[in-house]
Amino acid sequence: MNNALKTLTNGLLKENPTFGLVLGMCPTLATTTSAENGMFMGLATMFVLICSNVAISLLKNLIPDKVRIPAFIVVIATFVTMVQLIMQAYLPDIYAVLGLFIPLIVVNCIVLGRAEAFAAKNNVGLSALDGIGMGLGFTCSLTLIGAVRELLGTGCVFGAHLYSDQYAALIFVLAPGAFICLAYLMAAIQKLMAK
Amino acid sequence: MVYFLIFVSAIFVNNIVLSQFLGICPFLGVSKKIDTALGMGAAVTFVLTLATVVTYLLQKLLILWHVEFLQTILFILVIAALVQMIEIVLKKISPSLYQALGVFLPLITTNCCLLGVAILVANGTNKLPLGADHNLLTGTLFALATAIGFALALVLFAGLREQLAMNKIPKAMQGTPIALLTAGLLAMAFMGFSGVV
Amino acid sequence: MKKLQSTFTNMALSLTIITLVAAAALACVYLFTAAQIEQQKQQAQNAARIAVLCGHEDGTAIEAQADGFGGLIRVMVGFAPDGTILGYEVLEQQETPGLGTHIVEWFKNADKPSQNIIGRPANGHFCVSKDGGDVDAITAATISSRAFLKAINNAYATFMEQQGVQVEAHSGASVMNDSIEKEAHHE
Repeated sequence: MNNALKTLTNGLLKENPTFGLVLGMCPTLATTTSAENGMFMGLATMFVLICSNVAISLLKNLIPDKVRIPAFIVVIATFVTMVQLIMQAYLPDIYAVLGLFIPLIVVNCIVLGRAEAFAAKNNVGLSALDGIGMGLGFTCSLTLIGAVRELLGTGCVFGAHLYSDQYAALIFVLAPGAFICLAYLMAAIQKLMAK
Repeated sequence: MVYFLIFVSAIFVNNIVLSQFLGICPFLGVSKKIDTALGMGAAVTFVLTLATVVTYLLQKLLILWHVEFLQTILFILVIAALVQMIEIVLKKISPSLYQALGVFLPLITTNCCLLGVAILVANGTNKLPLGADHNLLTGTLFALATAIGFALALVLFAGLREQLAMNKIPKAMQGTPIALLTAGLLAMAFMGFSGVV
Repeated sequence: MKKLQSTFTNMALSLTIITLVAAAALACVYLFTAAQIEQQKQQAQNAARIAVLCGHEDGTAIEAQADGFGGLIRVMVGFAPDGTILGYEVLEQQETPGLGTHIVEWFKNADKPSQNIIGRPANGHFCVSKDGGDVDAITAATISSRAFLKAINNAYATFMEQQGVQVEAHSGASVMNDSIEKEAHHE
């Protein structure tokens, strides 16, 4: 039980994909123009992470070692395409915004990384928990970055106006703002963790 | 003229790393020294152009057979296979080139530049300047230009980081944060190009 | 169960089976979602059409495009039979967030007549005031504004073409009224 809890919280805090492991930077920077976009990107990635972790831990004995990477990639790409089709069908507005970054979940290092480092060595239950933990960690980070950028850049959070956009610094929703915002958030978290 | 503008647009105005956010992992990962940055840039240029041509042609087959939904799965496999093949061929044909680029090749498969550009060009959604049609020629030029843009950003960034390594940096900012901050300033500089094409 | 050894047969078999199962699973999901995806596209198209016509049954909805600051700007414009603009919707744009993206609502602000184009008779020559026209551009986004007005002018050109077809055909019936004409080229 203790082990399960540890697996679940590992991705949330200690090995947070964004702030701890610094993985999956492309979607982290590109899709966090608002809290909502960041959250949906995180959720889509989480879905793929959980499914691929479960599938790979089930299949691990059927996959010979030498072809494990291509096999993992096929499994991951399958779930990514499923997300793509489902989003197109039921969330077309969000899909239009996230666009290219949905198929690119395939090459998100977190997904392949967890498949290789965790799911290929552990049982189904733990792998699912690891997927949930890592996915939640990623979603929370993206939502946080999205919220900060949205707040500084447009004066809103989740679309709710907090102050007039006259005083907002537009640069934060543009490309340079993504880098700068993430840099300071990461520095702040490093400082907090060091204490 | 249009072909020239494709280069200006993809290298400076819509730089793949600094304004499209593709290929951030190698951008942060292999940018500590100018030499390695150059090697990585060259390897990406080579593979990206080749992969785009191959996937563009494969997309025609997917459309022909009405299985467009297999795009992601097929493209990533083709890219992975292509990288393997290039590694083997390079080892046989030109050991010196393999010496220079070999170590970067395995890293390239998970570089989202490759899959990203392949999908953009195959779907005809890559940003081209006014008056350019989406076809194999412009797609290939776009891929080449994008890769050069990637290499340029990588080398510039590596240059900055070499300087940075000699400075005193507050403890919390050390490592990734300061690199990201530098990248942010570089992105700001590249923003100056917007609207040129 | 023991782990499979990396023999050639095992590797080939395992990869083939995984790929086949994956393709089959995807085909199922595709078949399941295809109708829904098509319906969503139709709905989006219809919603835009209803929005730009503002309830005028005799209006015509026209799709047009022009190159903006960050990429293509695609608009749908509703015209009354006499060429008055009933409404517009931006279908696709990649302008700078917070600046150029204001094209979505800037030109339909009924409180600011100098920037509002709704209710004006279209003439195909809309132009920002900086270029000698009578439409105020978005602050700090002149290029986006120009491109947007160009898309509107393109739409009007298509609209006139359609009207011309109708007059020549002398069919009497307004068959073309509800069709959505997509403009292929704008150069």
